[in-house]
Amino acid sequence: MGNEYRIALAGNPNTGKSTLFNALTGLRQHTGNWAGKTVSLAQGSVEYKNKTFQFIDLPGTYSLFSNSKDEEVARNYIVFEKPDVTLVVLDATSLERNFNLALQVLEMTKNVIICINLIDIAEKQGIEIKERLLTNRLGVPVIKISARNKIGFPLLLDTIDRIVTGAIECQPLVLQYPDEIEEKIRQIEPHVRAIVGDHVSARWVALRLLDGDESLLDEINRLITLKGAS
Amino acid sequence: MVQPKIIKLVDGEKGNIIKITDLQLDGVMRRRLLDLGFIKGAQVEVVRKSPLGDPIAFRVSQTTIALRKEESSKIEGELISNGE
Amino acid sequence: MHIEQLYKEAQKLSTKQLRDDIVQHLHERSHLLCQEGITYNKAKKDTKTEKLDAIFTSPIFGFPIMMIMLGTVFYITIAGANVPSSLLADFFGWLESQLTALFTFLHAPEWLHGMLILGLFRGTAWVIAVMLPPMAIFFPTFALLENYGYLPRVAFNMDRLFKKVGAHGKQSLTMAMGFGCNAAAVISTRIIESPRERMLAILTNNFVPCNGRWGTLIVFASLFMAAGFTGGMKSLVTTGILVGIVLFGILITFFVSWFLSKTALKGIPTHYTLELPPYRKPKIFDTVIRASATKSWSVLVRAVKVAAPAAILTWVFANIYIGDSSILLHAVNFLDPFGRLLGLDGYIMMAFILGLPANEIVLPILLMGYLSTGSLTEVKSMVDLKKIFLDHGWTWLTALNMMLFSLLHYPCGTTLVNIYKETKSKKWTFMAFLIPTVIAIVIPLMITQTVRFFGWI
Ligand SMILES: Nc1nc2c(ncn2[C@@H]2O[C@H](COP(=O)(O)OP(=O)(O)O)[C@@H](O)[C@H]2O)c(=O)[nH]1
Ligand SMILES: [Mg+2]
Repeated sequence: MGNEYRIALAGNPNTGKSTLFNALTGLRQHTGNWAGKTVSLAQGSVEYKNKTFQFIDLPGTYSLFSNSKDEEVARNYIVFEKPDVTLVVLDATSLERNFNLALQVLEMTKNVIICINLIDIAEKQGIEIKERLLTNRLGVPVIKISARNKIGFPLLLDTIDRIVTGAIECQPLVLQYPDEIEEKIRQIEPHVRAIVGDHVSARWVALRLLDGDESLLDEINRLITLKGAS
Repeated sequence: MVQPKIIKLVDGEKGNIIKITDLQLDGVMRRRLLDLGFIKGAQVEVVRKSPLGDPIAFRVSQTTIALRKEESSKIEGELISNGE
Repeated sequence: MHIEQLYKEAQKLSTKQLRDDIVQHLHERSHLLCQEGITYNKAKKDTKTEKLDAIFTSPIFGFPIMMIMLGTVFYITIAGANVPSSLLADFFGWLESQLTALFTFLHAPEWLHGMLILGLFRGTAWVIAVMLPPMAIFFPTFALLENYGYLPRVAFNMDRLFKKVGAHGKQSLTMAMGFGCNAAAVISTRIIESPRERMLAILTNNFVPCNGRWGTLIVFASLFMAAGFTGGMKSLVTTGILVGIVLFGILITFFVSWFLSKTALKGIPTHYTLELPPYRKPKIFDTVIRASATKSWSVLVRAVKVAAPAAILTWVFANIYIGDSSILLHAVNFLDPFGRLLGLDGYIMMAFILGLPANEIVLPILLMGYLSTGSLTEVKSMVDLKKIFLDHGWTWLTALNMMLFSLLHYPCGTTLVNIYKETKSKKWTFMAFLIPTVIAIVIPLMITQTVRFFGWI
């Protein structure tokens, strides 16, 4: 089907991904206020403007350097299954740590929407978020929502729609590392590209290799054999 | 100028604010702690101890994270406030 | 070039410092973004979480509150399930007589009536009457607690104990999931990073009674242990007994974890980080509906799916004769001596064996077994229920052993399948079967022999 799109929900644990997923899809993924409530993938779909958005609720991750099985599930999905759009759900009350993951997602995939959730609580705590400025800085749409109170959904769905139709083009921020690191990335990146092609961001893989993420190797090998076989 | 006092996170008292100077951990755990915000220069507040004394909860990067003493004894920093 | 080779190259270029710098850089960038894009008006800090944590994780009140929470959830479940359970039982009893009348009217053959009504209908009706009400109350109550953010505090309080026995602090979270369903809890152990500690959590999860065993535990606790009480007091005593049973299960969990940590799964506890999120008021209506309706429903459907064929099978076994007794009776007689040793009997052993696919059906199978041989009474109320057991020589000791066996015995079929899927090891799946089974045999055996030795019964 030409008009079915996969939208992955990523983010730190406990930022309201499952709540958002339920509110959007009307499905009943169980929620809980603790890190680790969702450990496997759940799917549900929404019809919007003659399109089907297939949402995928991923387990929460603090970073994309996977530490445990549930985090690996999330990382592999974003990197290797390549959803059409990745929604990064952030907790408005702890953005400092949350942006960390958002930046990592921006490094490896292009079509990203940053959903700043729990905006109701943030407002109560007097936290003011300038989403325009953040949109400019990050190069992808930044939207404030409250999953629990269903605030900001029309804009969110519309933005997803405009990304998949190409009306908006995301230009995610390319994080510049200190020169010394950039130099090493430059040395490795071409070799990575020779192996993985354009399927996965070579820059991101290069960074992870420098970073020492061994668990990634198996996945890449699997990808290569898969491509070789098909 | 008084020299800042260097203490381990595990020795912090409730309310202390510690600016991390050193992480003596390796591998996956080091990375996990870095991801959570226990980086050099970060300010960490000692929030509370578990009823049995271990683990201890810290406020870091706008979130509360509990660490066992095995880890918190390997993170050092300058004591910059007693919380009074 | 191979990716492995490239990885080695990259590692030559990389240093610990460089790795730190990458993360450091990300954090600095995040920090910058926050500085530019966010203003924090006044210090409206979240003091509610602070205050509540001072109570929930207090050195004095922390543990008692955990016990009270556990007790409260059980009490609400037991007291609340009482009336709907008996209403459902009445309703099904009425329906059964109607259906029987219909069968008579249609001149249906006796065996068909037996198989469909006395087997299928009765079996599944019991599952629903006994299991559904506690489930429909327990799940939402627990879900509210969970959505509020209490569970990580339990993990925070209990961590020290788990560390002592060589397990992971997050095991308390996976155990909490076990109250709902052990099969799901086995999957939830993915949150535990280290394989060794994850294995411990998997192997010991079934010592937490899942909802499929709640019904059984509640029935026996209230029939035999709280028999002398009525009304609210009865629920309270039943609650007390259940809390005791659960604590005993936790004790066994600690013991098995400790033992395995010293033997087959040697090792020291690995790293651990636990986030304590701020308390958040759950959306009560949504949570309650989601938990009670969908979760109870799916668990119930599963139970009925297993119960239906098992009920028919039990009826068939009870009614096909080889020589002068039924197949069921042959099996029961064969198992009886062993059962007696544990203070149980052949029917009970049979029920647990046939109940392997799902714990929900153990009690219905047991009742069907008893009814197929004894005088075939209608079970209309709890009193009748107790009479059936008494007719088969039950005492409080039988009930206690039954409860302990239910608490400690091998995980259900679904859980075993999940254990295999998660561990990908036949050996460990077998261990997950063997360890509880041995314990479930040894403990009732010891209790029974002790009680008999001292002539307490
Ligand atoms: N106040 C408020 N609470 C929310 C909102 N979204 C989620 N929550 C709560 O945050 C907690 C974590 O939600 P969950 O969806 O399980 O997070 P996940 O781990 O990211 O899937 C739950 O207690 C939710 O009720 C929101 O927009 N406002
Ligand atoms: Mg979730």
